[in-house]
Amino acid sequence: MAEMLQVLDAATKAAKLPLGLTPDDCKTMYRAMLATRLFDQRGMNLQRQGRIGFCVPSMGQEASQIGTAFAAPKDDWIYPSYRTHSIAILRGVPFRTLIDQLYGNATDIVKGRQMPNHFSLRQWNLVSISSPIGTQISQAAGTARAIQIRGEQKAVWTYFGDGGTSEGEFHCGMNFAGVWKAPCIFVCENNQWAISVPVRQQTASESFAAKAIAYGMPGVKVDGNDVLAVYQAAKEARERAIAGGGPTLIETFTFRQGPHSSSDDPKRYQPPEMLETWKKKDPIARFQAFLEKKKLWTPEWEKALTDEITADLAKAVDAAEQTPAPAVDTMFDDVYATLPPHLVEQREAVRQQIRTSGAIQDTGGKFPL
Amino acid sequence: MPEMTLLAAINDALNIAMAKDERVVMLGEDIGKKGGVFGATAGLHEKYGDLRVMDTPLSENGILGTAVGMGLYGLRPVPEIQFLDFIYPGFDQIVSEMAKFRYRSGGEYPCPCVVRSPSGGGIKGGHYHSQSAESYFIHTPGLRVVMPSTPRDAKGMLLASIFQDDPVIFLEPKALYRHAKEEVESGYFEVELGKARLVKAGDAVTLVSWGSMVVTCEQAVAKAAEKGVSVELIDLRSLLPWDTDAVMASVKKTGRLVIAQEAPRTLGFASEIAATAAEKAIDSLRAPIARVSGFDTPFPYTLEHVYKPDAQRILNAIDYVARYD
Ligand SMILES: Cc1ncc(C[n+]2csc(CCOP(=O)(O)OP(=O)(O)O)c2C)c(N)n1
Ligand SMILES: [Mg+2]
Repeated sequence: MAEMLQVLDAATKAAKLPLGLTPDDCKTMYRAMLATRLFDQRGMNLQRQGRIGFCVPSMGQEASQIGTAFAAPKDDWIYPSYRTHSIAILRGVPFRTLIDQLYGNATDIVKGRQMPNHFSLRQWNLVSISSPIGTQISQAAGTARAIQIRGEQKAVWTYFGDGGTSEGEFHCGMNFAGVWKAPCIFVCENNQWAISVPVRQQTASESFAAKAIAYGMPGVKVDGNDVLAVYQAAKEARERAIAGGGPTLIETFTFRQGPHSSSDDPKRYQPPEMLETWKKKDPIARFQAFLEKKKLWTPEWEKALTDEITADLAKAVDAAEQTPAPAVDTMFDDVYATLPPHLVEQREAVRQQIRTSGAIQDTGGKFPL
Repeated sequence: MPEMTLLAAINDALNIAMAKDERVVMLGEDIGKKGGVFGATAGLHEKYGDLRVMDTPLSENGILGTAVGMGLYGLRPVPEIQFLDFIYPGFDQIVSEMAKFRYRSGGEYPCPCVVRSPSGGGIKGGHYHSQSAESYFIHTPGLRVVMPSTPRDAKGMLLASIFQDDPVIFLEPKALYRHAKEEVESGYFEVELGKARLVKAGDAVTLVSWGSMVVTCEQAVAKAAEKGVSVELIDLRSLLPWDTDAVMASVKKTGRLVIAQEAPRTLGFASEIAATAAEKAIDSLRAPIARVSGFDTPFPYTLEHVYKPDAQRILNAIDYVARYD
């Protein structure tokens, strides 16, 4: 077994906070983790109630995501995956902005063009998310190269799953970044499942971190439910990247506590004991116990936080729900920088149909049926 | 005869093929215990085991490349690409390899392989779970491309595809997976590839379509009938090679042609059909040919219903063509 970096247990016994973290830092991380959990619960409920079409929860992976993203200053670009909205929450994206996207309404930044969870948040340096697995990996390497070319002191981060490492994009991204010694941090969230496919069917390698060796970069396997260990690995990776030491692959060993998405049912393929075992290692509960020991957590604080976040979510959901769908004309915008003649013609044809035959009915459809 | 959904018919065909011939193997993402994200392979892993129903690492490139290697060696691989939108990492293995092996080896290395994949919109899947990408494959000599729209055709064409020797891109209209239902013969049968299906005879306008758009066309045809316009509806079901004889015979009879596709307009397969009609039946045409299609934009999420041609859009085209003097 590859060694796995852990920090929480030792840090609990230590007198001081580790890794130069302040009490506020710890509370910020905890808050983002809790907010993510509540956001996911609300999202899944909205989906079950038929109020949004689809939802991808990140339950169980909050430490893996917040621990890494907390090491990324806000002007570091991040290429997220569809399961990492926690990073947006950490960077201060308002719930309203995120929930508008889940509804695909008129105020949604991406104008209702993508499925839920496929955010684009340029203001927060979070790159538009794609569904095809792994495409962000080589793109991140390219952005890291661009940073080198411009001589800037920044790093680029990209998130993908254990399954993502099987796509050619993983090889390309790792190889290019390795050759260029580009300041790119590859975060492989090993939640042990790619939908129904377990990790042992994804790779015969003893770990994902081990794959880094072949690309000439360090690979670190960390306990992905130990937010401090994740933070340590990420902080070191960034320091190395900024100092010209090149890329790092971080494997966060964790577990997807929920379904792959709202259309999945893990009971079909996952041994039930697995969830039970991993619930006991819940990243939020573990961090909470640490904070309590350090006198940074009380039940009263937890309740106040929960109430505040829940109320904020409710407000955002109400507002998003009352917002209409994007106007029909918007479908033709942003295909190109300016509307070419053939799209002008096609837009006119839609307007004409609506004028003569009335509004076009939404016939619904259910993902994935 | 049992009533089956299109999804059940595909599952039945796969089961029959695997039972009949041990060269038939399947590989893909989540096709094992989960039985596929739509359930097309449900129960087959349990029945045929790890060596014949393989959950692979997450790589379309890998799935298609290894399928080619299996096909060359004499197996009959039936890879599944979870959504057609995810086929592109393996595109090279299809267009440069699978499609070309027979030709480039002087016939020495045929490459039988049936690539199954759900295609088209209708499930609120946004642009990465909804696209109609048939044109990329129809543009590739060496491939057969089919897209059934009924359970019976799905079963018979899948069996016909598996038990012939050319590579096939087998597109499944996911919007119809559970909505299309009909009685289907049990046991083995084939529906010949390359032949269109006459859905409804008519004499005023020829309407050609394929995939889930056929069902939308049926609604439009019923509305046209109420207005006294008799439409002949043809489900192409094989897109390469396609049944030019059936379509041209109909066009020569009606003198009016509407083609409905879900794919974007520019260079969609409708364009090929229109060009063929212009070449082979121009003397019979009494009105401009009308194409009804998706727009030349990426497939949207919220406005999916505006993007995909609805019955009204098709009806408007029928009206225009029927009235043209
Ligand atoms: C190219 C491509 N193939 C298939 C899919 C369908 N798909 C969506 S998520 C997923 C599994 C991804 O697993 P992993 O990379 O481990 O990430 P996780 O979902 O566990 O976070 C699959 C197969 C896809 N989105 N893109
Ligand atoms: Mg995973």
